[in-house]
Amino acid sequence: MNKIRIGSGAGYAGDRIEPAVELAKKGQLDYLVFECLAERTIAIGQKQKKQDATKGYNELLEARMQAVLPSCYENNIRIVTNMGAANPIAAGQLVMRVAKELGLASFKVAVVTGDDVLTELQQLDLMLNEAGIAVSQSGKDILSANAYMGIDGLVEALETGANMVIAGRVADPSLFLAPMVHEFGWSQEDWHKLGKGTCIGHLLECAGQITGGYFADPGIKNVSELARLGFPLAEVDASGDAVITKVEGSGGVVCEATCKEQLLYEIHRPDQYLTPDVVADFSQVSFQQQGENRVAVKGASGSPRTETLKVSVGYKDGFIGEGEISYAGPNAVARGQLALDIVKERFTVCGFDPIEARYDLVGLNALHGATRSAQSDPYEVRARVAVRCSTLEDAIFVGNEVETLYTNGPAGGGGVAKSAKAVLAMDSCLIPRDQVLANITVLEEGES
Amino acid sequence: MRLREIAHSRTGDKGNISNISLIAYDMKDYDFIKEVVTVEKVKEWFSDIVFGEVVRYELPAIGALNFVMYEALGGGVTRSLALDIHGKSLSSALLDLVI
Repeated sequence: MNKIRIGSGAGYAGDRIEPAVELAKKGQLDYLVFECLAERTIAIGQKQKKQDATKGYNELLEARMQAVLPSCYENNIRIVTNMGAANPIAAGQLVMRVAKELGLASFKVAVVTGDDVLTELQQLDLMLNEAGIAVSQSGKDILSANAYMGIDGLVEALETGANMVIAGRVADPSLFLAPMVHEFGWSQEDWHKLGKGTCIGHLLECAGQITGGYFADPGIKNVSELARLGFPLAEVDASGDAVITKVEGSGGVVCEATCKEQLLYEIHRPDQYLTPDVVADFSQVSFQQQGENRVAVKGASGSPRTETLKVSVGYKDGFIGEGEISYAGPNAVARGQLALDIVKERFTVCGFDPIEARYDLVGLNALHGATRSAQSDPYEVRARVAVRCSTLEDAIFVGNEVETLYTNGPAGGGGVAKSAKAVLAMDSCLIPRDQVLANITVLEEGES
Repeated sequence: MRLREIAHSRTGDKGNISNISLIAYDMKDYDFIKEVVTVEKVKEWFSDIVFGEVVRYELPAIGALNFVMYEALGGGVTRSLALDIHGKSLSSALLDLVI
């Protein structure tokens, strides 16, 4: 094929569903990609899978597939996604069930596994990047270790002719690059083209963030119809050049400014964007408006991929306890401040010594500190105490201390909220690439 | 003048590292922004929030700078006690800079 159209159906796990349906119906797509795994999402999935072996995949998978499968099937659009999260096989089986319920004949799902490297992490005793020590020495209660896989497994899965490819942890841009490599027959060592394709994938991976979502600033950057925001699609040619656009009549905007913001989103060195497939170079990328909601992207490149893959490691890291209470009307800020002072002193009185604590006046200085916010004088303020501590009991204690302000604190406090939760922290490490092998499982009718 | 009048911005997060893009609306302002919004200036502006190194990358092809700020997110999204755990609102704080 000389040109393919790839749509982006989700930019995170809980994203809106209608824009994906709109793309499937009106986008004349060849591929629809759903990127649904943030760094810690898979660790949460591993926790769910431990409690129930049939769970651990994206929670909106069933609803999403019920909504988009009919149009994708009818229009021959192939789906690629990481919605398998911690349990791609169970996710694949669920999709097969949905396809059957919808009466889609000969539906086929290819599942990519192999990213779970918890065993290898322990056996090879890998070095944790942030902790700076080996796993065995870290004393951390590790829950999950998932390697960022690249396009190899995805391309192999596409070669099976499956209607849908489901994976767990793969690098976000790889989900988009795989269809390009598959359709255009690019060599997996053509670093220049892989770099260009990775750039297109990076631009599309957050869905609405390039069509005007997370961009509007009224009076300065106006975006129309954000409640009907259209998700992006790229028209990609065999050389790796592309035009970013969206379905005609959908809300939002695709312009050079939205593309520039997305190009640099979550990027560090622009000339060395590391993925499992290539070291991509975005430093010379440029955009050109070619028409309404049509922007051409040019200038990406790449160099040989690294010999190691990044692994996301999830571990238990204590608890966070929070309590909040609001004050309104005259002198609200002073009463809010008094509330915080009382809780702080109560911690001393009760011999409570958290690892870390934070005292905010929300609506006054919670986001960027006291100095920057000094000129504000709000009508209402919400006092917030948050701590990190070692036990769940301590985390619960914090919320209770804020709650006692009702009868023991400043005048007129209202609307207490409290919470206590376990912290799932993330670290990372590097694993030799030959330790991570992609497996493909094809699910077809007659199987479940 | 505040930076907001001539540039726009978006924040991203990876672990305890925040990156803020700073993009000129008009390419002709890029050199001025580059001259004024230095690493030192940004480090100082965020001295009560960012505790690590600040690195600046230049992208003349799109008239943009990318600031990578270490130890900026209270330990990262899962550990942070901040209300804005991703630090997503930091882009607006940068645009408030008087130039």
